[in-house]
Amino acid sequence: MSAPTLTSATDSFVGSFTAEAFARHLAALSSSPAWWLERRRAAYETFASLPLPRRTDESWRFSNVAALTLEGFQVEPAVPAGLFLASPFGPAHLAFVNNQLVAPPSLPREAIERGVVVTTLAEAALTHPDLLRGHFMAQPQKLGSAKYAALHSAFVSDGAFIYIPRGVELATPILVTHAAAGPDAAVFPHTLVIAEENAKATVVDFFVSADASTHFACGANDLYAGHGAQLTYIAAQNWSGTSRSFQFNSTVVRRDARVQSLNLHLGGRQARHESLSQLQAPGAFSEMLALTVADGTQEFDQRTLQIHQAPNTKSDLLYKNALRDQARTIFSGLIVVDPDAQKTDAYQSNRNLMLSEEAEASSLPGLEIQANDVRCTHGATSSRIDPEQEFYLLSRGIGKTAADEMLTFGFFEEVLNRLASDPLHDVLRGLIQTQFKK
Amino acid sequence: MKTSNDSETVIAPAEEAAANPTINPVSGIDQSSGNFRYDMEYAFDAGTGLSENTVRYISGVKKEAPWILEFRLKALKTFLSKPMPTHWATKDLENINFDKIRYYLSQGQKPKRTWDEVPDDIKKTFERLGIPEQERKFLAGVEAQFDSEAAYSNIKDLVSKQGVIFVNSTEGLREHPEIFKKFFGKVIPTGDNKFSALNSAVFSGGSFIYVPPGVKVAQPLQAYFRINAENFGQFERTLIIADEGAEVTYMEGCTAPKFSTSTLHSAVVELVALKGAKIQYITVQNWSANVFNLVTKRGIAHEMAHIKWIDCNIGSRLTMKYPGVVLKGRKARGEVISIALANDGQHQDTGAKMIHAADETTSNIVAKSISVGQGRSTYRGLVHIPKHLKGCKNNTECDALLINTNSRTDTYPAITVRGDRNSVQHEASVSKVNEEMIFYMQQRGLTEGQAMSLAVNGFINDLARQFPMEYSVELKRLIDLEMEGSVG
Repeated sequence: MSAPTLTSATDSFVGSFTAEAFARHLAALSSSPAWWLERRRAAYETFASLPLPRRTDESWRFSNVAALTLEGFQVEPAVPAGLFLASPFGPAHLAFVNNQLVAPPSLPREAIERGVVVTTLAEAALTHPDLLRGHFMAQPQKLGSAKYAALHSAFVSDGAFIYIPRGVELATPILVTHAAAGPDAAVFPHTLVIAEENAKATVVDFFVSADASTHFACGANDLYAGHGAQLTYIAAQNWSGTSRSFQFNSTVVRRDARVQSLNLHLGGRQARHESLSQLQAPGAFSEMLALTVADGTQEFDQRTLQIHQAPNTKSDLLYKNALRDQARTIFSGLIVVDPDAQKTDAYQSNRNLMLSEEAEASSLPGLEIQANDVRCTHGATSSRIDPEQEFYLLSRGIGKTAADEMLTFGFFEEVLNRLASDPLHDVLRGLIQTQFKK
Repeated sequence: MKTSNDSETVIAPAEEAAANPTINPVSGIDQSSGNFRYDMEYAFDAGTGLSENTVRYISGVKKEAPWILEFRLKALKTFLSKPMPTHWATKDLENINFDKIRYYLSQGQKPKRTWDEVPDDIKKTFERLGIPEQERKFLAGVEAQFDSEAAYSNIKDLVSKQGVIFVNSTEGLREHPEIFKKFFGKVIPTGDNKFSALNSAVFSGGSFIYVPPGVKVAQPLQAYFRINAENFGQFERTLIIADEGAEVTYMEGCTAPKFSTSTLHSAVVELVALKGAKIQYITVQNWSANVFNLVTKRGIAHEMAHIKWIDCNIGSRLTMKYPGVVLKGRKARGEVISIALANDGQHQDTGAKMIHAADETTSNIVAKSISVGQGRSTYRGLVHIPKHLKGCKNNTECDALLINTNSRTDTYPAITVRGDRNSVQHEASVSKVNEEMIFYMQQRGLTEGQAMSLAVNGFINDLARQFPMEYSVELKRLIDLEMEGSVG
């Protein structure tokens, strides 16, 4: 057996994201502060040194790791001129195409007057360096994608920076769009949200492919809710059907704060989503919701971690997947209760609706509990539409297709009903319906 | 004393951990204190450590057919080539020193100790459990032989009238190869995991049972009866075949603390339930707190067959055991009922595997665990329903009870379902003993310890009732014992 040469081994680890490509990328970021450039260099080293996920890695169990590749992507795709992107959520306050801001940030006067900051990461590096430094990719990667997270940290060039000052409550959601355009474009979307003490806001991320070509998305979002803050975060993902996507969510919840996040997964050939919630102080509450419509040969791989680090904290996770055709979904969740986190109340539930004979759902709901005065439960189910409910609808003269559709939407409504905002609820329902009718 | 070359009871040096389960478990490996004495007769001793010579020695002593030696040698290679599964299992496995283990001791090298050398708390436990005097000495390792030969012969005579074969592994493979060779190592292939490979290389002891078509064995067959023959081995091998429509219940272990002195116990148990057959396999494991108990148990259920594992783990330092059922025939049914109790220094890593491989197969898993002090209990489960099957159902419930503030529990199920014609549900909960309940009982004059013990017994009551009566009574007493000193 001949040993592979060093170059070829390295090539397979980094794919299109070579040291040369990274050097070009850095050269274009001359205005970036020194600390950030240094972090990028360190991140690139981490990325290049870590191996690709292997079949035997517990954190990649059931994933089709053989299909993961870093080859053949445009590291710095050009931004097509005159591209207009309509978002179902409405006009975006920040819109990025291929990692670049395509229109100046627009923000309601109300927000500007009260000190809300909605800008790019690049701008924030100059105006709010300490906040950026303290919160940008600051949390540990515990869910298996350290390599891809490092890739993101190395290559991210811009993204959304949202800061809600102490006590400010925003009535309307802040909308961000991240788009990929052109063949083989690689994008690194990032959204950073900092809600200070008792602030209240809703942020919506919309991820979309501008065309049907294959894209590579490697994004992250950092959410920070200070004491008593209330943050709602919605992310809807609709990459093209041949794209590959990785998304890393980190949520930090401080004393008496509450974060509600809802992820809608529709697009991509293979999409992995990792979500980490850290409940750091008493009274913290994280509600983690997700909806997935999987069809064709799509694979959705969702990994979650709820860490209760302080007493009297609460988390509630509900992930629902509807599977059609030969689609596959993986849900792997873990609740960790640290030794002193007494009075923890944690819940984790994964429901899979099987709509075809060949769909495959895997569930790995896990618990690691090191405190005794807790209430922790989890559940996972995989089954088809309830035949009794279907029969009832059929007996009322509703056709089978329509009946199944009604029951499927009913399945999702439980999650959508957790949202306080009706307009957002309607947009998300619309996106799901479009997916079913395409 | 009846002696034959192929029977052995492996009892190696004693450890302090057994006497005092609260000490650091790693130091429990120390074999210097309270050692048994060995008679020096090297001709019948494979010595410590594992090599091809050890395997050849064991096979030679047992006068085995060449194919069995081949099987063992191949297994040894597999064992050596396989890595420790520490990428998912506990790192504690790395503390096993394979070179210091005695893989085979034949009759005559039995370690001995006097009753005075048996630690007081073990004696006290025997007292509390009401173990007969004769058995106590055997269980404490004072007498390597407990004369239950008569009882064993009786049951063997009784069932042989029905055509049942009930022998040890050596005898099974030597006297009845036409029956056992076909299924031996087929349910659990040698390479299934590192420890099934180890067992395949050095197995001795265990029971080989064949129940002819339509025969329903009225009384449970117990390894207990066969203690003095060979069953106390570290590497026992059990194969039970229930032919079409047959029914049999098998019990292994006993609730008394086995004062074992060997640190590694690695058994392989294979069950084959042919069409319409029913096998119930009951285990009560209570090894002393220095034993690594790494066991592979699996059954194949053919059409309409039913396999039920009732598994109770109270002893050992680390147990890793996930009884499984491969549901191979239409309408087959698999069940696992599991109780685990982990006290200080113990890790009960138990669970179940259900592999559905035919239409309309059903499986049910109910697991309850109790963690006391710094004990850690883990549920690990696998449910697999592949493509193109229909009408398969699985139900899994795991409940964990945490007694002290620093107790620990983990749950790691893995469930894969394909298609829309099957249904799976999994539920797990973690809780502590209800304070109001304890308060109420204390109001009625119970001590906190008694109240706690009652609450814990209540937690597992519905499962404990599925055990044979004498076992469930002992189980209750044992929980009383374990709960003492766990509160306050």
